[in-house]
Amino acid sequence: MRIHIRYFAALREITGQAEDILDLSEGAKVSDAALALARRWPALKAPLAACVSAVNRAYVTSDTPLRDGDELVFIPPLGGG
Amino acid sequence: MANVSGSANPTATMQLPIVRITRDPLDGAYIRSLEQAIINTGVGGIVTFEGVVRDNARGKRVRALEYDAYPEMAEQELARISAEVERRWQTNAIALVHRIGRLELGECSVVVIVACPHRAEAFEACRYAIDTLKTSVPIWKKEIGENGEEWVEG
Repeated sequence: MRIHIRYFAALREITGQAEDILDLSEGAKVSDAALALARRWPALKAPLAACVSAVNRAYVTSDTPLRDGDELVFIPPLGGG
Repeated sequence: MANVSGSANPTATMQLPIVRITRDPLDGAYIRSLEQAIINTGVGGIVTFEGVVRDNARGKRVRALEYDAYPEMAEQELARISAEVERRWQTNAIALVHRIGRLELGECSVVVIVACPHRAEAFEACRYAIDTLKTSVPIWKKEIGENGEEWVEG
């Protein structure tokens, strides 16, 4: 299945891109996507460990199963205000 | 994409509550237009909070801030906060607007406006909204200092 990733803030600067695509096997969870991205971008490994995640614009836990076509965003510590 | 809209929009067309992520300056005229857009004849008090770019953080000099957001989700989370304000304080006279992009010292980064029949609930609701915004809305801040740049929490 195909997962659409969007990068913001530090993650966008590290990868140099705003979007990414991950092809994962059925049953993959958010945590599997994080592992796959850390393999693709070793410099993401530490920042990803500090992130929470959102699937289709809703906060989820890392054991949430993914579905084909999901938009997954890793959210670094917030700085609004 | 979310409507990352501009402050040039006429306030006459604003629907309540107003929730918005924008790249445009949050200047005095725009903030006044937001207050006027949310007010109604049952309002007895308006509380407006403005967050402003400060020249220091954690003992370091700050020259500017750069904000980034996940705009669609940020506007959705702002709407969630305004819905909770509406539920708890019985008012939909709310505006939550956050600016993104590079902001210079003294510029306004966020505006939270709540109007209620009485001042006590307007103060309470405004405080709730800005505190919740800081912990739940996907917006990020990079401090640009004299010795480099850093994405920071808080």
